[in-house]
Formats: sequence, structure tokens, C-alpha cells
Amino acid sequence: MSEVIRIRELSREYRMGEERILALRTVTLDVRRNEYVAIMGPSGSGKSTMMNLLGCLDTPTGGEYWLNGQEVSRLTDDELARVRNREIGFVFQTFNLLPRATALHNVELPLVYAGARVRERRERAVAALERVGLANRLEHRPNALSGGQRQRVAIARALVNDPSILLADEPTGNLDSATSEEIMRVFGDLHAGGQTVIMVTHEPDIAAHAERVVVLRDGRVESDQLTRGAAA
Amino acid sequence: MRLLEAVRLALRTIRAQKLKSFFSLIGVLIGVTFLIAVVSIVQGMNRYMVDRFANTLVGANTFELRQRPGITSGNVSEETWLAWRRRPRISYADADEVRGRVRTPASFAKFCEDRVAVHYEGRTAKDIHLVGTEASYFDIRNYRITAGRAFTPAEVATTAPVLVAGYELAQRLLPNLDPVGKTVRIGGLPYRIIGVVEKQGALFGLSLDKFAVMPFSAPGRRLICPINILDALIVKTADPTSMQQAMAETEAIMRSHRGLKPWQGNNFDFQTAEGALGMWRKISAILFVALPGLVAISLVVGGIVIMNIMLMAVSERTREIGVRKALGARRRDILAQFVVESATLSAAGGLLGIGLGLALAFVVKAATPLPAAVAPWSVVVGLVLGVGVGVVAGVYPASRAARLDPIVALRAE
Repeated sequence: MSEVIRIRELSREYRMGEERILALRTVTLDVRRNEYVAIMGPSGSGKSTMMNLLGCLDTPTGGEYWLNGQEVSRLTDDELARVRNREIGFVFQTFNLLPRATALHNVELPLVYAGARVRERRERAVAALERVGLANRLEHRPNALSGGQRQRVAIARALVNDPSILLADEPTGNLDSATSEEIMRVFGDLHAGGQTVIMVTHEPDIAAHAERVVVLRDGRVESDQLTRGAAA
Repeated sequence: MRLLEAVRLALRTIRAQKLKSFFSLIGVLIGVTFLIAVVSIVQGMNRYMVDRFANTLVGANTFELRQRPGITSGNVSEETWLAWRRRPRISYADADEVRGRVRTPASFAKFCEDRVAVHYEGRTAKDIHLVGTEASYFDIRNYRITAGRAFTPAEVATTAPVLVAGYELAQRLLPNLDPVGKTVRIGGLPYRIIGVVEKQGALFGLSLDKFAVMPFSAPGRRLICPINILDALIVKTADPTSMQQAMAETEAIMRSHRGLKPWQGNNFDFQTAEGALGMWRKISAILFVALPGLVAISLVVGGIVIMNIMLMAVSERTREIGVRKALGARRRDILAQFVVESATLSAAGGLLGIGLGLALAFVVKAATPLPAAVAPWSVVVGLVLGVGVGVVAGVYPASRAARLDPIVALRAE
């Protein structure tokens, strides 16, 4: 299996006035296609920085990041936007759906920026919503949906462009435990269907759904282990 | 992102916030309303002044030889005024000299006028425009006689006390009576009504039918003009070219008849429809100079309002911008989204302004005797300005939105 993510000595430094903060120090990490990885760590461990770098929302101050065979650590803003659009599907803790748009329109959004035609957009968005079991909620607005349904709309939106990686940031942070399980099942199904999933979380129960757990501490990889679920 | 897409998105956003959107486009609305309404009214006035006012007062292809200008434009200094008054009046001899020597085919009518009261059996019609003239006057003025007849050259020659009444005079003074053959009194002298002129309507709300026409030689002439003195000689020709020709001839004839030396100015004047329009042309020129300024001020204010609203929208929707960027929106996509939103908002203001301006013009048309003529160019200008203001006002907020860092934007509340 080929590597979809290849990270070499990645670092990220922030300047706050005179002070320099090294949020991430020389992290090296590979993720193969169709892996299901959880990234854990206490607050301040560099989790969010890692998430932003993986999602191409930010660029590293050192090291290399190869995403799907492309070195993305030195790209311009617009090139990064294109990479986010084609290669990455984001799922956020707070769902981040556009409140005034219907489920269908929310899911179509990445395709709008990909320049897809109206008909293709609709067909693919409907298909993505069907995959997450919301075929009957196309015209609902987010405020007419439950938390679990909203997160499933967000997952459909993340999937609609067939991204190389599904990048979830605390995807169950705003959900009760029953709904969290429901969302985790969706992730499990997607993984079973061949999707590479990377999930940032601080909850061990949630991380346990992944087949590999990477723990960060003080900007370094502290541990990188397969879970029992994966071993079985 | 395609333009249509952006416009649809903008419309959705505007619909979601109707009241706020309305207030933000009010400046553009007022500017464009003003533009359309003023241009429509001025154009209407223009047409009205040319078609009705000037041609009614003087007549097409017609000029009047006068002592001094009858309708003046702008301020006339007292000195000029006194100089005008010192000029010799137009005499019968002047009129006959011109009539005898002008070679261009034309009709001529000696002309005197004043406002008098007309009496009939205890009834009085006040403020009647009494004209003393010749038989040709009816043709020159295009007066159609609806009852009875006009007076004849023979009646002018024999100084017959006959009168042709305007429509309103006949109605007021002789209600429910056949006016023809009735004898009315003006200044104590009896006149027999021999005809009634077709209704002429009104100008600026003033009736054009409160008049009476008599031979200039009739016994009551002392009421309007001293003997041998005329207010004007009216000359009507077939077309504008021959009018210019006849005017030039008349000028030469008058100068030689009055023995003016080459260095001396004319001691007489011509009045034409074009001349009567001079004042109006000045007013409309001022309006057209002032209009762009007024429109510009309201559009600038409107643009500033829209810019502020858009800045607010950008900060309110920071999270949305972050989401869009995370999903692959490039800077130019975000820029386009907000510029188009601003332009759509402003264009909506422009469209409403066009509608309101037209409505205003039609209200003015309905409520006053002023007509309104919509100038298509003003509608186009209104729309272009509407969109333009929106684009200009939207660029700065939109570029701020486009430059937002997606990580920061996603963290915003």
C-alpha cells in the first residue's frame, strides 16, 4: 500500500513578539492509503498545529509534507486552496455548515469551488448525502437537523470531492455519546470502503475506533501504535 | 465561481436580511431616484416648452418685430431696460414699410394687446386678453372658428366694432347663450360678437381661452394702444429658413427706414419661439449642471453606507469565509463573492431607484400640467451607476475577506 501522507522532520514555529514558540518539532510520519489514524495528545501538544498543517490550512516553517505524491509545504495560498479542495475533506467539531443553505447546497459547496457543472454538482452531492444516510433531508437547513444529522451533512460535504484524506477535528466533540457512536460507525463504514481517515481527538474512546493512534506531546510524536481493534 | 452563481448567492443573502439590505441601499436608491425623476421631468418640460409654450406664445416660423424684447431671459439691468424704453415704438408706418418691402413670402399682422374687462348685461369677465389686430391674425395663430366667423380685411378698413371671442370668454360671459350676434361692452363701447375661437386649452394651468380679438382700428383701440402705435408686427413665414430670411430683410428695412447709421445698434427687437425658450434653456442647463453633483453626492454617501454594511457582513461571516476557504475557495473566489454581493445590493438599489424615479415622474405628470418624458439613457445610467457604486464600495471589504487567514477565520465566533 502506498503512502498518502509522507511527513519528514516537519516543524512549525510561531513568533509572538520577541518570543518564539515551537509548536511542532521535527515530526516524521507516514500514513498509508486506507489507514484510519487517530492523533491524540493533551492541549498544547501540537495537535491543532498538526491538524492545520495536514489540512493545508497552514504551511510549516521546516521539513517536508508530501500529500498524495505532491510536496505541499511550499505552495502559495491559491495552490493550497486547490489542494484543500481536491485532496482533503474536512469534518469539524462544530460542523461549520452554512446556516442559510440547505443540506444539498452545503454539500455542493466544494464542487462549486472545483468548477463543476450544476448538474454534476447536484448528482454528486445527492450521492454523497445518500452515502451518509440523508437522502431524505436534501432540502433541510442545518437548524432543522439534529446534531448527528448535521455532522453527517458535514461528512457528506467532506466526501463529495473524493478526497485523498478525510480529516476530522474532534468530530464528536459536540455530540452525545449515542450520536458519537453513530458518527463513528459512519467513519468505520467509510474506512471499510477504502477511505483514508485521520481524526484528531482527545477522547480515548473515540480514538479507539481507529486502527492506529499517534500521540503527540510537546510538539513531538510520543507514541505511534496500532490499536487492539486493528490487531484483531 | 461563475458570475451567475455569485449573483444567486448574493440575492439569497440579501433576501435573508431584507430590512438591513434595504437600509444599506437607500443612498443609492435616492441618488438614482433623483437622477431618473429630474431627468424625466426636465425632458418633459423641455418638450413641453418647445412644443407648447414657445409655439403658443410666438408660433412656429413666426417672429414679432417689437420695440424691445417681450420675453426676457435672465436679469436685465435697469440701464438696459431704460434704454429699451427710450426706443421709438413700432408705428403704423414702420409696419407698412416692412410689409411693403419684404420679398420673402409671409403674412403680416399689426398687433396690440392689453388686459381688459368685458361686460354683458350686468355680467363681467375680468382680465381678458384683448388683442387688436388684422384679419390675417387668425391664420397666423391657427385659430379655428367654431361658431360664426372671423372679421374681414374690409371690417378692419372700416373700423367695425366687431369681436371674436375666445372659448372661455364666451362660456363665462354668455353661459347657455349663442354668443354670436350678442353685443358686449368694453370700456363703455359696444362690440358685436361675430365668432368664437375653438378651445385652446391651458399652459402651465393658465387658460389660453380668456381672450378676445378685434380689429386694431376698432373704436376701442385707445384702450390697448395709442393711435399709430403698435406693440408688434407679427410676421409668419412658411419654414425656418424663410423666417431667418424675412427677419434679415426686416432688420435691413427697419434700419434704413429709421435712418440708423452703421455704428448704431438696432432700436427694435425680434421675438421668436427660439428666443422665448432662452430663459428655459438657461434653467434646464443649470439643472443639468447641478444634477450630476447632487447624484454624485448621494451615490458617494450610498457607497460609503454599502461599504460599511459589507465590512460588517465580512466580520459577521468570518466563520463562513473560513469554511469556504477550508473547502477550497481561493482568494479571488471570496473577493468575487463579496464584490458581487455588494454590486447586487447596490444594483437592487439602482433598480428600485429607477422604479421610484419613474413613479415620481408620473406622479408629477398626473398632479401638475407638467408632462414627464422618460429618457432611456437616464435609466441605463442609473443602472450602471448602481452596479458601479456597489463594485467600488465592495472591493475593500471583499479584499479584507479574501485576505483572512482560514485558521483564524475558522476559530471566529
